[in-house]
Amino acid sequence: MTLVAERPGVVGRPGEPEREHGPSGIVKWITSTDHKVIGKSYLVTSLVFFCLAGVMAIMMRTQLVSPDNTIVSQHTYNELFTMHGSLMLYLFAGPFAFGGLANYLVPLQVGAPDMAFPRLNALSYWLYLGGGVTMIAGFLTVGGAADFGWVAYAPLSDAVNSPGAGPDMWIVALLLTGFSAIFTGVNIVTTVFYLRAPGMTMFRVPIFTWNMVVTGILILIAFPVLTAALVMLWADRHLGTHIYSVAGGGVPVLWQNLFWFFGHPEVYILALPYFGMVTEILPVFSRKPLFGYRGMVFATISIGALSTSVWAHHMFTTGVVLLPFFSLMSYLIAVPTGIKFFNWIGTMWRGSLKFDTPMLFAVGFLVVFLFGGVTGIFLASPPIDFATHDTYFVVAHFHEVLFGSAVFGGFAGLYYWYPKMFGRMLRESLGKASFWFMFVGFWVTFLPQYLLGLHGMPRRIAEYSASTGWTSLNRVSTVGAYLLFVAVAIMVVNAYVSWRRPIQAPANPWDGHTLEWATSSPPPHHNFYRLPPIRSERPLWDFNHPEHTTRKYEESMHRGNRAPASVPVGDGARGGDGVEGSGAS
Amino acid sequence: MPLAILGGAIVLGGCNAPTFGAFRGATTQGRDEFKLWVGFVIAGLAVAALVWGLIFWTVLRHRRKSNDEIPRQFHENIPLEILYTTLPVVIVGVLFYFTVVTENEVDAVASHPAEIVHVLGYRWGWQFTYDAGDGRPQGVQVATAAQPALLAQPARSKEYPQLVLPVGETVRIVLTSADVVHGFYVPAFNFSRYAQPGVTNLFDFNPTRTGVFRGQCSEFCGLYHAEMLFSVRVVSDSAFRHWLSAEQVHQAQAGTGATS
Repeated sequence: MTLVAERPGVVGRPGEPEREHGPSGIVKWITSTDHKVIGKSYLVTSLVFFCLAGVMAIMMRTQLVSPDNTIVSQHTYNELFTMHGSLMLYLFAGPFAFGGLANYLVPLQVGAPDMAFPRLNALSYWLYLGGGVTMIAGFLTVGGAADFGWVAYAPLSDAVNSPGAGPDMWIVALLLTGFSAIFTGVNIVTTVFYLRAPGMTMFRVPIFTWNMVVTGILILIAFPVLTAALVMLWADRHLGTHIYSVAGGGVPVLWQNLFWFFGHPEVYILALPYFGMVTEILPVFSRKPLFGYRGMVFATISIGALSTSVWAHHMFTTGVVLLPFFSLMSYLIAVPTGIKFFNWIGTMWRGSLKFDTPMLFAVGFLVVFLFGGVTGIFLASPPIDFATHDTYFVVAHFHEVLFGSAVFGGFAGLYYWYPKMFGRMLRESLGKASFWFMFVGFWVTFLPQYLLGLHGMPRRIAEYSASTGWTSLNRVSTVGAYLLFVAVAIMVVNAYVSWRRPIQAPANPWDGHTLEWATSSPPPHHNFYRLPPIRSERPLWDFNHPEHTTRKYEESMHRGNRAPASVPVGDGARGGDGVEGSGAS
Repeated sequence: MPLAILGGAIVLGGCNAPTFGAFRGATTQGRDEFKLWVGFVIAGLAVAALVWGLIFWTVLRHRRKSNDEIPRQFHENIPLEILYTTLPVVIVGVLFYFTVVTENEVDAVASHPAEIVHVLGYRWGWQFTYDAGDGRPQGVQVATAAQPALLAQPARSKEYPQLVLPVGETVRIVLTSADVVHGFYVPAFNFSRYAQPGVTNLFDFNPTRTGVFRGQCSEFCGLYHAEMLFSVRVVSDSAFRHWLSAEQVHQAQAGTGATS
């Protein structure tokens, strides 16, 4: 129990019944424009897609357990890896972060009652759900689902080489989810820029929200390009244009350029939110402020900026890109990422570290992401890329960074914010068991894949012969995949247990630093009755631990801006604290 | 712990520690790449060990001892932050220098290669057409023999075409694709390059040792991608000449050789 809860009437009113008006049940769910309802819908939907894509991964690993295996046909295998990648990247990792957690948390973290455009937010979710169902439904068509890889390289993705409705549904699904992402991006950026509570200057915005601002801007840069590229692909398939085909004077490699101009910012759209989650969790479980807050903000912005000029490092072996430029730009991303790593360590340094499940996953993220990052540096070197491009080395690399961020970081965030979102705690014992299965399973799955890549095993092959010598490493990797499956299953069991036998979550179970913990769990309609004064990037910590604030807080107080004990939220209160309401800090 | 797992995995992979799992490279280009690889792995593992060390140190040493302890609330150290911003820039600069040097060696093309081989990738096979160093056709062509239906069977090496190269000579590869994007990938040469429709890629191989090396399409190209195999046989120069003339005679008689 924290100080907040012991001062009833100051922050939140847990005892007050939520004002219910309008419809309830499924009608409420369908018609809701509340960012919390939409956020939870996004969260659950994306986790369903995550589980589906995970089952596909298990099927692929089972196929590769033995040479010349025929558990699934080559055609099915091609569908499986295409849909596994598409579901994980387009329907899980992104929407889970910016549709699920960010949707739920950004208004809470900046002290706003809702997103800036609630109806657009609802549209965004329904487009996403429609897109996701459309993509999955490709399996029901005669020719099966799309089977050209999640990158859909032209001319493999044209009407001759990939005929049928499945690929078309894949394109339409991406158009729908692409628009959904764009709308959410607009919403998040606008919310942070215009709906911050009094006192919440940009340099007091929590890092998770900062990362979502940069992610939102990257979405606005990247997704329109994908949308345009997809429309042209559709035109090639159905309207007889020849934008990507040599026969009509088109340029196939244009697809690769456009796709990766989306695809590489997309990688950071998938990573930055999870960086943000980890950055929220480490200080709370270390009982310290974030080390190098401003450095963190600038590092995030520079990762976002650099990510728009590295796309051709996916195309080093095409022979048609300027290698040194894209190599150097890719290397430079290591600099802000390194700053983040040292800031994370600095945050934990001499802290008071408590390893609840969110912290375990957050530290697990640091450990696994580091290795994926280091192998990323290798791949940024064109000669090394020549040797490893399109092999399992690359598969291992991007699974280490994407699984590392979206699953380790994502599960850290899920365990951390689950009590806030659902009003009940997850079981610590199951959470820790899930973590250790995942941590061990992760290395057992992906380290052998690095070696397989170095031994020359290309990605996306449905079978290999025993003479290649890849069998034993593939076996180990498959065992690891099963361990990962167990880890996720334990997480599902944990959610089920918390649903059937709830343990009520207090408003602030982790002694959190930021505003979402200053209201009840789950928060009431329109989020807050009262807000604590915002004098640093961790207003709730300052409020709960007035004797342990940082120097920045003291300076702010000495400049004469002594705040009232709390700031009531209402029409008259918005301008009541105008001295620091915006601008300088 | 990850280091231990990594070490274990390398042993598991049955390779010598100094190669870090990679091929040493059977061409001069591949050898250059291998040297760069070793340098990168050593630098990468050193950085990883440092950062992992810091993480594990703080995780082990700074655990919460009592429930009401509040550590000192420090939140910045500007000189330290400047240090760990500039140091990575320097490291990256060094890595970039060696990258560019190696890249120029690997991508360099000779003005007078001994042999020119046109490599055509198609769904789902390869065709190798031999020219002399001056570009004159030599009437020798090797291609995937089996039909795609046959290729659906488990891989059997004799169904796949073989690229024969002379050791110690410069061979120019002229690479393109008849349909979709393919990847011309010879693991033992530490090299791959896309075969793309509408694009002709040029690069040189200088094989340094004889032997038979596996090759495979690395860029996904549709249904039988996994079956798009080939091999590279590097032989002595005299054996190469012998093979070439025998093939010229054989293919001229069979009427299947390329004539132009």
